[in-house]
Amino acid sequence: MSNSATPNTTDSPALAPPATSPVTLRINGSDMTLQLAPWTTLLDALREYAGLTGTKKGCDHGQCGSCTVLVDGKRINSCLTLAMLHEGAEITTIEGLGQEDNLHPLQQAFLDHDAFQCGYCTPGQICSAQGLINEGRAHTEDEIREMMSGNLCRCGAYVGILNAVKEVVDAQTARRQ
Amino acid sequence: MTINTKYVGKAPNRVEGPAKVTGTAKYSAEFEVPNLAYGVVVSSTIAKGRIKSIGADKVLALPGVLQVFSHENVPRQAWFDRAWKDDIAPGGSPFRPLHDDEVKFSQQPVALVVAETFELARYAAGILEVEYKEEKHETDIEQKRDEGHAPGKGKSGYKPPKSRGNANKALDEAEHRIREEYIHGTQHHNPMELYASTVHYHPDGKLTIYDKTQGVYNCQQYVAKVFGLSKDDARVINLYNGGAFGSGLRPQYELFLSVMAALELKRSVRVTLTRQQMFSIGHRPHTLQTLEMGTNPDGTLAALKHYCLHETSRFEEYTENVVNWSGMLYQCDNVHLSNQVAALDVYTPQDMRAPGAATGSFALEVAMDEMAYAAGLDPLDFRIRNYAETDQSENLPFSSKRLRDCYHLGAEKFCWSKRPMAPRSMREGNRLIGWGVAGGVWDAQMNKASAKATITADGYLTVESAAGENGTGTYTIMTQIAAETLGLPLEAVTFRLGDTNMPEAPVQGGSWTAATVGTAVQKACQALGEKLLKLAQKMDDSPLKGASLDDVEFVNGQLRLRTAPEQSVVLRDVLQTSGEREIAADSTAIPNLINMAKYSMHSHNVVFAEVMVDEDLGTVHVSRVLNVCAAGRILNQKTARSQVLGSVVWGISMALMEETVPDHRFGRYMNHNYAEYHIPVNADIHNIEVLFVEEEDPYVNPLGVKGIGELGLLGVAAAITNAVYHATGKRVRRLPIYLDKLL
Repeated sequence: MSNSATPNTTDSPALAPPATSPVTLRINGSDMTLQLAPWTTLLDALREYAGLTGTKKGCDHGQCGSCTVLVDGKRINSCLTLAMLHEGAEITTIEGLGQEDNLHPLQQAFLDHDAFQCGYCTPGQICSAQGLINEGRAHTEDEIREMMSGNLCRCGAYVGILNAVKEVVDAQTARRQ
Repeated sequence: MTINTKYVGKAPNRVEGPAKVTGTAKYSAEFEVPNLAYGVVVSSTIAKGRIKSIGADKVLALPGVLQVFSHENVPRQAWFDRAWKDDIAPGGSPFRPLHDDEVKFSQQPVALVVAETFELARYAAGILEVEYKEEKHETDIEQKRDEGHAPGKGKSGYKPPKSRGNANKALDEAEHRIREEYIHGTQHHNPMELYASTVHYHPDGKLTIYDKTQGVYNCQQYVAKVFGLSKDDARVINLYNGGAFGSGLRPQYELFLSVMAALELKRSVRVTLTRQQMFSIGHRPHTLQTLEMGTNPDGTLAALKHYCLHETSRFEEYTENVVNWSGMLYQCDNVHLSNQVAALDVYTPQDMRAPGAATGSFALEVAMDEMAYAAGLDPLDFRIRNYAETDQSENLPFSSKRLRDCYHLGAEKFCWSKRPMAPRSMREGNRLIGWGVAGGVWDAQMNKASAKATITADGYLTVESAAGENGTGTYTIMTQIAAETLGLPLEAVTFRLGDTNMPEAPVQGGSWTAATVGTAVQKACQALGEKLLKLAQKMDDSPLKGASLDDVEFVNGQLRLRTAPEQSVVLRDVLQTSGEREIAADSTAIPNLINMAKYSMHSHNVVFAEVMVDEDLGTVHVSRVLNVCAAGRILNQKTARSQVLGSVVWGISMALMEETVPDHRFGRYMNHNYAEYHIPVNADIHNIEVLFVEEEDPYVNPLGVKGIGELGLLGVAAAITNAVYHATGKRVRRLPIYLDKLL
């Protein structure tokens, strides 16, 4: 059998890295053109190319939820998707939800309920909570616990996270009624 | 306008909270520096042996790959072990990354690939071919039962346990006896933030190092000694630490590798570990413990024996205080304690939240439950009967101890009196319900630290000390202490930390930061207050002339006489009249050695847990946990409560989920990722209540605080284990309690 079909053996040179090209992403309401290779994840594009380090890397394997962002309103793990797949989509990161002098209701609720300690999982938790609210599915405490379970918190701030999300979910429900 | 500037003991929100919830808080891999290169670590695939070859050429041929560092080209560093010893290093020879061709543990870093982009470095690291010559390894402590030895005193904080009386004789004569072995496997800290270092290489060759660490000074002295740099050339910064739990007490290898690469390449470098590599930087050791106990006819403890064996590495002698707590938590005249270690082909274990005590309290407190049942006594009543009024291990009175109040308050809140003694006596459908109790004791420690306080003419106070913020609340409580000491609103105070350009603080660990840095902050603010008083007395018609510092108080932005509060001056007026742009004072706080010699200083807690066990499936649902802590004065009710809530989550994890599982055929951890290393998710956590029984303690330190970061974890795993026994009648002695142990 010929070896020609297996390019990456010990004797052959390594495959060259892919070339970059301009990729325009719509992040937090503004267009941003980045020079990216196809193998760059959305997470790395945000952190290393767009300077938006609010989105966190905790595992790079879709296991912890720290990198959760909203794409067209849906929560996704940005480490599990490639940046160039999201041209034309509306990407929202923690920086787009609110600022220190203009906190989003979820950010304020996280602050008031001390729903974090080290703060590293927090942007992902908040984006996930916004995604959950957009889904309109969670109402009871058990539903919120279950549907926020894709976001790990090693400090163990789950009681505060539940109370913070519940407060905002309840306020939105009350407003709709 | 009157403002209340009494902050200590209240529950303000975290002052750094807005930065954390908006994503502007900068962690170590997030600082933008010019001309940055990226390093990715290659980890060994064998546990022991030699590196035969590193296939660097093929990787270096890729455009954009800058260098492959390995033992073949590592630049010369310090020779003697002492240069590699950090403040927390145990006895032995610290691990030197890329030092030679020897592999000492699985996932040892064997190369660093540096490239223009992260993606390229990751790709190149992934295809780097490393050939090994394997040697026979040993990684299982359970095969070393007969090879333990008493450790030396090399590790700071390690206290060889003290025995007393004649435990063997008292056991022989005891009315009831138990003897059991308790085991938990390896656990890894796994903070959410990956270990990372961003090294900014300045044009003059100086370095600014943003490293994930619990001690910037510890990292600075390590880097300076290892690379032969002056401290001025290596500034270390950590403003936010995305969790640590002890994993950042010692410098980790990303620090060495990034600094080495930056110095060699003369450019800025960032190295971030992968989640898999987070399982190669220290762990809570796999530990075997044996407890023997006997009781007198009146239900008092006649004898207690506690033996522990845990792993260490081949190159360092890591030790924990596992058994010592058993000599002080209960009154017992005949105690035999023994602590041993055995060396394996693993990386050196490392302090992990409540090191030693989390392990020891699990075994002691399950054994206490077993002993209570053997003697036919209620487990809480049994503890109260054996309450230690003094610390028998040191033969000293406690500086304060309100554990008895914790027992009573907790029992009342949990309705403990309604608990039937017999196992399997409560159920709800097919769910068996059980209640368990356990607790623990932890050191109230204080170390030396310094702080500097500066007030500007506009009345704005800045206080700084090179402490750490791991999510513990350091920024917030230090701001509270400073604001209250000088009577300023919280908004007029900024506390800065985590920079070797600031006054020195020790590593953030051992639950000592509140006492240590808090006292330094208070002293620096008091020293500044003294200067302000002198300036106030120079003002025309000053009502404070002739007053000493003890005669005045700083309240609501004013300086006033204690006996005549209407005799006051406004601080801002003092500053503006003085003509100074800013006034500063610094101070160093040290522990009171006389009080330390006279008193045993400890915090205590008790935990009540309710579990529901599915009789058919063996799944354990922790429906209710109550943790009552006596830890001196509580500085911030909100952040302290969060620390204990988090500890309970850790305890649930330790009891039911958490274990790093090795495959000893390969000497390798097999579940080294977040999907297979189980920790609780939101759906696993239910009703948790935290109560503080505050203690007035004039001896422990000027603030009267004992620290709360570790205490809350103690007894949680044991309380759950005991509750599982009460629910099911099955006594589990090996954590975690997977469902197969209950079927």
